[in-house]
Amino acid sequence: MNPLDSLSGTIISGLVFTVIMVVLINAIGA
Amino acid sequence: MEFDHTWWTFFIRWLHVLSGFMWIGLLWYFNFVQTPSMPKIPDEQKPAISKVIAPAALFWFRWSALSTIIFGLILAQMNGYLTEALSLGLSDHVAKHAAIGFGMWMGLIMMFNVWFIIWPNQKKALGMVEVSDEERPKAARRAGVTSRVNTMLSIPMLYAMVSAQNLY
Repeated sequence: MNPLDSLSGTIISGLVFTVIMVVLINAIGA
Repeated sequence: MEFDHTWWTFFIRWLHVLSGFMWIGLLWYFNFVQTPSMPKIPDEQKPAISKVIAPAALFWFRWSALSTIIFGLILAQMNGYLTEALSLGLSDHVAKHAAIGFGMWMGLIMMFNVWFIIWPNQKKALGMVEVSDEERPKAARRAGVTSRVNTMLSIPMLYAMVSAQNLY
């Protein structure tokens, strides 16, 4: 199932991407 | 008040944010309002959306996407971190540059999606260009999924933009 088929799946995917990105930013900036 | 570098940087940022509000506002209108509402609209009323409202919204959508990116790139250059941000902070290990860089790359991908995937496919889906009956639903699907991708990307993109200015 594609999470982007629903609005809630789209938002949750966006939040998951945000967490991954924050980890990467902190790793790069360390 | 002096019209110095600080003022012009503020002014470009203001234009960047104005354009960005229109772009992401319309993106969210499409995904949060228009698309979910279409199945609830009677068939004889659907042309009001597909022939009038959607083409007008798409006009402002694609041009505000372009102006957001142009003003954003000018702003990054004026702030002196364009190269460092585009290299995701990997060249200088500054978290602020990594944050704004992630936001910039997501914005660039989103703008590419608008102009080269969403807009050409929406023209087919809305009947603004002639396509076969077989091609039309495929184009609508491609435009819809890409619009969803942009909605998903808008969440970390805005986190990156705001955190670069306020957290790092």
